[in-house]
Amino acid sequence: MIRSLLRRNRLFTIGLALCAFWIMIALLAPLISPYDPLGQDMTARFQKPSLAHICGTDSLGRDILSRVLAGSRISIGAGFLTILLSSVVGVVYGGIAGYLGGAVDEIMMRGAELVQAFPTIILAMVISAALGPSLFHTLLAMVVIWWPNYARVMRSMVIQVRSNEYVEAAKSLGSSDLRIFFHEILPNSIGSIVVLATVDFGNAILLFSGLSFLGLGSPPPTPEWGAMVSDGADYLNDWWIATFPGIGILTMSMGANFIGDGVRDYLDPKLRHEV
Amino acid sequence: MFRYILRRLIFLIFLMVGVTIVVFLLSHAVPSDPVVANLSQRNLGDAEMVAAFRAKWGLDQPLYRQYFTYMSNLVQGDLGLSIRTQRPVAADLARYFPATIELAAFGILFATLFGVLFGVISAIRRNTFADHFLRGVSVFGVSVPSFWLALIMLFIFYLGFGVAPGPGRISPRVSPPETWSGLYTLDALRMGDWALLGDALSHLVLPGICLGMFTMGLITRTTRSSLLEVLSLDFIRTARAKGLAEKNVIRKHALGNALIPVVTVVGVGFGNLLSGMVFVETIFAWPGIGQYAYQSAKNLDFPAIVGVSLLIAVNYVLINLTVDILYGLLDPRVRYDR
Repeated sequence: MIRSLLRRNRLFTIGLALCAFWIMIALLAPLISPYDPLGQDMTARFQKPSLAHICGTDSLGRDILSRVLAGSRISIGAGFLTILLSSVVGVVYGGIAGYLGGAVDEIMMRGAELVQAFPTIILAMVISAALGPSLFHTLLAMVVIWWPNYARVMRSMVIQVRSNEYVEAAKSLGSSDLRIFFHEILPNSIGSIVVLATVDFGNAILLFSGLSFLGLGSPPPTPEWGAMVSDGADYLNDWWIATFPGIGILTMSMGANFIGDGVRDYLDPKLRHEV
Repeated sequence: MFRYILRRLIFLIFLMVGVTIVVFLLSHAVPSDPVVANLSQRNLGDAEMVAAFRAKWGLDQPLYRQYFTYMSNLVQGDLGLSIRTQRPVAADLARYFPATIELAAFGILFATLFGVLFGVISAIRRNTFADHFLRGVSVFGVSVPSFWLALIMLFIFYLGFGVAPGPGRISPRVSPPETWSGLYTLDALRMGDWALLGDALSHLVLPGICLGMFTMGLITRTTRSSLLEVLSLDFIRTARAKGLAEKNVIRKHALGNALIPVVTVVGVGFGNLLSGMVFVETIFAWPGIGQYAYQSAKNLDFPAIVGVSLLIAVNYVLINLTVDILYGLLDPRVRYDR
C-alpha cells in the first residue's frame, strides 16, 4: 500500500519525508544540538540569527535552534501518546457499546456525544488550569476530549463485524464474549482506527501546542514549541523568537496531514483513480 | 423532518443539563480551589476572609445544593455572578458575544469563498501544478497553528509594511459606534459613517483570515473531492456527450451537486472556529467570548465557565441543526425520518 501511495501521490511522499525528518531530529536532538536547550547566557540575549546562533537567541539568551530541536521530542511524544491513549479508551468504550447494543449502547453513545458537543478547548483549558501546569495534566486533558471519535468509529465497526457468520460460529463453539472480542472483532475493526489515528495526528500536535501556547503545558523552562511562540509574542519585533518554533509546529503537522490525506484518498474508492 | 428537529432540540436540553453537570463535577473533582485563584495572598491567610468568600459564593454548601440553586436560577434565565468580573455572567456574555459573532462571520465568509474557489480550481485542473499547489495550501490551512499565523501576520503586515491596522476592533483614536447590534460594521452602516465602517472592516481582515484558515483548508479539500466524484458520474458524461462546453458542464451541472457536502463542512467549521477564537482573540486583543473563556478557565471562574460552555454548546447544536435542515432541503435523497 505504501509503495503504491508513494508512486501515485507526490504530496504523500513529502509528508513522509517531513515526518521522517522530525523523527530523526527527535532521536538525535541531544547529539546534534549546538547548545544546551536550557542554558541561559545573559550576555547574548535577543541575538539575531547569525552563524553562532542560526535561529537567534531568546530573552534569556538561550539558543533557539537547540530549543526547537529539543521541542520536537515533546511534540511528537505528546501527539503520539494522545492518539494512542485516546484510541485505547475509544476502542474499549466503543467496543463495549457496540457489542452489548440496546439501552447500554444508547446511553454510552449519548455520553460520548455530550463530550463531543462540549466546547473542547474550554474543557481542556479548565482541566489543565485546575490541575496545574504539567505535561501529564495536558495529556490527560487532551485524552478526555479526544476519545469519543474513536469510540464512535469502533462502535460502528463492531456492529458491522458482529453480524458476520464467523462471529456466529465462534459463539456456537462456546467462545466467551471476551475471546470473541479479542480474536474476532478487534482484528477486523482495528484498520479503521489506525486510519483515523493517522489522519488525527496533525490535529493532536496542533491542539497540544495550542494549550502549551496558552501556558497550560509544562512549566516554563521546558522547550515546548507552543510556549516558545508565546514567549516570542511579547517581543514581536524580535521576530525569530516566535518564528522558528512555529515553523516546527507547522512542518510537523503538515507532514502528518499530507500522510493522512494520502491514506484517506487511497482508501476512498471513489477517489482512488484520481489521486 | 419535523420529528428530526424535535429530537435534536430534546438532545439540546439533555446537552445543556449535561454541560452543567460536567462543569459542576469538574469544579469539585479538581484539587485546585477558586478561593486560591481569586483572593490575594494576604487575604488567603485571613481565615475570616476565606470563610466570607466561600459563604458569599455558596461554596460552603453541599454540591447538590449548589447545583439545584444554579439550575433553578438557570431556568429563570439567571446564569449567576462571575467570580472574576463580579458582574452577572449573562451580562458579560451579552457584552462580549457580538464581537465574536462579527469575527466568526468574517472568518467563515473568508473560509467559504476561498475554500470553494480553491477546491473547484484544484478539481478542474486535477494533477496539474495548480492542483498540487492548492492542495498544499489547503494542508497548510489545516496545519498552521492560528496563534503563530496571527503573530507572523501582525509582524509582516502591521509592523513590517504597515498596511494592516494593529490589534483591537477599531483604531485607538476612533470612538466606537453607538450600540445597536453590537457588531461595529452593522452599527457603523446604520449610522451611515463610512469612515468608521472602513476602519472596523480593516480591523477584521487579519484576525478573520487567521480564524478562517483551518476551515478554508477543510472546505478546499471537501470541495475538490466532492467535485471530482460528481464529475465521474453518468449524468456528467451525458452532458459532455451532448456537446456542452466544459465550462457549462461544471457550472450548470456539476457544481451545484458538488457543493452539497460542503454545507456540512461549513457547520463543522464553526466548531473549529470557536476553538480558534481563544487564540485569535487573545493575540488581536479582540474583546470577545474566546478571551472571556480563556480568562474564566484560567481563574477557575466556574459560573462564567458554565455560561460560556452553554452558549457555545447551544450555538454549536443550533448551527449544526440548521446545516442538517439545509442539507435535507438541498439534497432530496436525504431523509431524516425513517
